Amino acid sequence: MSALVAAATPTTTWYLVLAAVLFGIGTVGVLVRRNPLVMFMCIELMLNAVNLSFVALAKRLGDIGGQTTVFFVMVVAAAEVVVGLGIIVSIMRKRPGANVDDISALKG
Amino acid sequence: MELVVFIFSAAMILIGGLGVVLRSHPVHAALSLVLTLFGVAVIFVSQEAHFLAAVQVIVYAGAIVVLFLFVIMLLGVDRTEDIKTEPFKVQRPLAIIVGVGLIGLVTAAVVTSRDVVATRGAGIAEPEMTDPDSNIRQLSRSVFGDYVVAFELTSVLLVVAVVGTVLLTRKMKSTLKESQ
Repeated sequence: MSALVAAATPTTTWYLVLAAVLFGIGTVGVLVRRNPLVMFMCIELMLNAVNLSFVALAKRLGDIGGQTTVFFVMVVAAAEVVVGLGIIVSIMRKRPGANVDDISALKG
Repeated sequence: MELVVFIFSAAMILIGGLGVVLRSHPVHAALSLVLTLFGVAVIFVSQEAHFLAAVQVIVYAGAIVVLFLFVIMLLGVDRTEDIKTEPFKVQRPLAIIVGVGLIGLVTAAVVTSRDVVATRGAGIAEPEMTDPDSNIRQLSRSVFGDYVVAFELTSVLLVVAVVGTVLLTRKMKSTLKESQ
């Protein structure tokens, strides 16, 4: 029993595969959904998948630089969400209920 | 023990991620996103990234998701999106092919290179009993030592983002006169 548990201890590969699956889910979401807010949430999913793999590799490699990178990714994600939601608010104020197909022309 | 933690947090992450994509109501999608973020925070703890786990809960689950919910409330877009309608027939199958192909490619790359990655640094798993703050200490040495220029640049980025957002969402005086 203990040998079985020892054999099934999650390695770094498990975490990286989990991150890959989460990234794929986020990609499908960005490609499929039409609500701009939900598309932003799917981008957050992809960023989190990358953070997951950075942290797993930081432990595996014994290098704190991976965690530092995750720190910076979080700051950039916060700034990105603020600017993106500002754009969405200013667009939705002009056209309530627009989805991304309605606003694909890049002009007011 | 680590296996149990991994299984539970992976289940949280995958259920939340599928919920974000599949739930048609934006509020439900945002709450599924919270589930995913908490699962990622649990994995951060199990991978010796204690400070990042705290930041994940505070910044992501606290600030960013609240910002999403606030915008949903502000815009009144909390209608159910009709997921059945599909303007382009090929888009959804193509998206699923792209997603599955991406997962397959990355998984194949990770599995084939699993013996290549090897420990090279000093190690980040300090004995927690002797030094409970080791993770924060190491991270702060890295941020304020090797990466201090990047850290200062992020402050510029945040200021630019805040000022830009205020300018974007403010109603100009000319457009106010037009609308009156």
